[in-house]
Amino acid sequence: MALRLRLRERGLDGVTLLVLPGVLFVVALFIYPFLYGLALSFHPKQGGALANYAKFFSDRFLYDTIATTLLIAVPATLLNVVLSVPVALRVRLMRRQRLLTTILVIPITLGTVLVAEGLLTYLGPRGWLNRALLEFGLADSPVRLVHNYWGVMLSLVITGFPFTFLLTLSYVTGIDPSLEHAGAMLGARPRQRFFRILLPLLAPGLAITLALAFVQAFTVFPSAVLLGAPAGPTRVISIAAYQAAFEQYDYPLASAIAMLMAGVQVVIIAAILGARALLFRGPASSGKG
Amino acid sequence: MAIASREFRELRLERMSRDFGQVRALRDVTLTVKRGEFVALLGPSGCGKSTALNCIAGLLAVTGGAIWLDDQRLDAMGPEDRGFGMVFQNYALFPHMTVRRNIGFGLATQHRPRAEIARRVEEALALVRLGGQGDKLPGQLSGGQQQRVAIARAIVVEPPLVLMDEPLSNLDAKLRLEMRAEIRRIHAMLGSSTIYVTHDQEEALSLADRIVVLIDGQMRQVGTPEELYALPASADVAEFMGYRNLVTSHAEATNEGVAVTVAGARLIGTPLGAVGERAAVAIRPDDLQPTPDGPISAKVEIAEYHGRDFYAVARGADGTELFFRSDRRLNAGDAVRLAAAPSRVLVYAA
Amino acid sequence: MRRGIGEKLWAIAVWALVGFFIVNLLAMIGSVLVNSFGTRWFNTWLPAGYTTQWYTLAWNEFRLPDILIVTVEVVGAVVLISGLIGVPTAYAMARRNFPGKPVVMLLFLLPLLVPPITYGIPLATVLYQAQLAGTIWGVILANLVPTVPFVILVMIPFVEQIDPRVEAAARVFGAGMGRLFMQILVPLLTPGILAALLLVLVRTIAMFELTFLTAGPTSQTLVVALYYAVFAAGVRPGQSIDAMAVIYMITTLVWLLVALRFVNPTQIVTRAKR
Repeated sequence: MALRLRLRERGLDGVTLLVLPGVLFVVALFIYPFLYGLALSFHPKQGGALANYAKFFSDRFLYDTIATTLLIAVPATLLNVVLSVPVALRVRLMRRQRLLTTILVIPITLGTVLVAEGLLTYLGPRGWLNRALLEFGLADSPVRLVHNYWGVMLSLVITGFPFTFLLTLSYVTGIDPSLEHAGAMLGARPRQRFFRILLPLLAPGLAITLALAFVQAFTVFPSAVLLGAPAGPTRVISIAAYQAAFEQYDYPLASAIAMLMAGVQVVIIAAILGARALLFRGPASSGKG
Repeated sequence: MAIASREFRELRLERMSRDFGQVRALRDVTLTVKRGEFVALLGPSGCGKSTALNCIAGLLAVTGGAIWLDDQRLDAMGPEDRGFGMVFQNYALFPHMTVRRNIGFGLATQHRPRAEIARRVEEALALVRLGGQGDKLPGQLSGGQQQRVAIARAIVVEPPLVLMDEPLSNLDAKLRLEMRAEIRRIHAMLGSSTIYVTHDQEEALSLADRIVVLIDGQMRQVGTPEELYALPASADVAEFMGYRNLVTSHAEATNEGVAVTVAGARLIGTPLGAVGERAAVAIRPDDLQPTPDGPISAKVEIAEYHGRDFYAVARGADGTELFFRSDRRLNAGDAVRLAAAPSRVLVYAA
Repeated sequence: MRRGIGEKLWAIAVWALVGFFIVNLLAMIGSVLVNSFGTRWFNTWLPAGYTTQWYTLAWNEFRLPDILIVTVEVVGAVVLISGLIGVPTAYAMARRNFPGKPVVMLLFLLPLLVPPITYGIPLATVLYQAQLAGTIWGVILANLVPTVPFVILVMIPFVEQIDPRVEAAARVFGAGMGRLFMQILVPLLTPGILAALLLVLVRTIAMFELTFLTAGPTSQTLVVALYYAVFAAGVRPGQSIDAMAVIYMITTLVWLLVALRFVNPTQIVTRAKR
């Protein structure tokens, strides 16, 4: 009886047990596969424990995928995050934002496969965009925007920008407007207000947005296959992992590639969050005692 | 003291108005604030006083009228160019900057030399008695301390005018009294002009040289604290200034003044303005005295002990509620007789 | 605050950018729509004529009825199960502070932060070992991995919003755990549960990677079938693929509109606790 009371003091009783199903579920279907995959990556079909990783880094076709993926993911992420800031700063002044945010949420809802198919139609040589370019004399012949790097980039922008925009908007609206008023009263012009007040307060949230957006872009898959050139310029690392698993049936190699994917993401996120830790992380209100 | 305010003669508001769509939040506010004056904008919530302050600051555009600083017309200028200091209700301290950087912000935007900024910030810190707290972040300070930083930040730039938007409303009662004294002290030391927005008439009475009462976006009275306390210009203003006894009555001109009926008794009162047959009568609780032979008879319903005296609510013969003070003990159920001097019974046109 | 010329130009530039984005987005959707109804379309702005033949073709060629049934089964199961596991877990997380709670919170956060492909491949490997790969239950389990934590994370603030004293009052008047849940908590939590489950629904319909990695030929959802159709684009007429795409679009957008009656667009996006 006393034990039960003492446990309850520490927050452990019947109700706490309700977390168990969720915990077991995540452990069984997320943690365990990850650990299993990690272990599997060290048990290659042939060779010693590190053979899979050695294979990856010795095969150009494989290790180039990291560079290719970064070449697509980094510019797309930077573009999406950087553009989201001025747009969010404008939109937060709007009174009826809901229509705009609803339209912008559509590409996220539709997903990357549909956007890929849509862009194949729209950006194709006979699609409306090229038609418009030709009509307005901006090009002499149809511009090649599909089955190459640019198609994938555009699809990452269409699905990525709404994401970064909505996140940035939520951070921006969390900043007390009276801080900007105070800045203005003290003589700060809009540009000064942005760099000395808004940006430092936004920076921690932007770091998170950057990390989340990067992760999304780095793991691009259907766009790279359908809209890109999966054999070459847009052979991203997720394609390599997929092929290892489902075309070569080399699960250990696939696991190794998946681990490498995770590894690259962890390194870059750590770098972003590390930079964030150097910045201010306090409340974005005016901090009333 | 090294911190002093810039030269200017007067700030003129000429029929300043502000509409929000169909709503007319401010109408024809006309006022001249002289150098060194402490003017309070007083009024109930929603009366437009914060709107007026924001228009003067430039945070809101005026939709009618003009604002002049001596010969310079201000209303087309942005807040960055007006050079006024402002203390916000929620302090609006930059949470990511130290106290020093907060205070020095206005000087930094002017690109002043570092040494000058450091010196002036130290002086401001000393003035608001926060020396030694310069390297803390706002989140590490108490409410009162944050308030002082906000004030220091506003005055360090030596503005011709300091605007304060209900700066004390977020503080507890004791702190409020302390900070009121501080504001008075700093104002006296600097000689800067101040426009102070509040809904608390006690605050306005104790701080201001002149008070502007705003109700529903319109100026109802401008005067010294004494004038507003003793002679409010209309029944609305009287109600706001603490004349809790407000009744409507018949009015009859007599030789001694205007005769009115309060709680069934006949009283003589002082007319303010032209009074017709119907009148609104206002009496302060302090001016309604229990006397053995007073004309009003009433029965005490509630008696609150306030230390020095009792604050009572009584009901007259005709059911009217009456508020008064008494330094002798009162109990619920007591019968009292009340009287008021004719000069303290204010009669307005109804 | 009033704005100068520079500010106004900047505002125009920003709105132009947003407008450009939206115009292209709508044009992209529009071209799929128009193409799906067009007879022949070569070098003109609009097709030569209109027909619904592609829809009939797609319906049969891509075995859409079967696929739609599978999609309904998968999505329905995922919504139901993630609700059944997620809501009680969220309740416990909101109401109890136990040792190790931050670790558990991290545990629920990870599947939402790590992108699906990264954990999908190891997951598919494990499901393969468990003989579940290629079956509908494999697909359901895979899709549950991000949705259970999602429901938990969305529901925790809703539970926290309920004054614990309301529950205490119910207990004082004799309610046991079951009655408390059914008569007090669930009714109060209904808006939140509805919001969370609708979001799960929308996200699962559009969830590609997890289903793609675990599905077999008879357990594909609509989005995966669409992928394969586009992948093998040379084989089928483009218009019928676009017809299928339109059917997919309508399915997702209808549920999006329903979901938006209960939630803010931002919540569809904000996966992680801010």
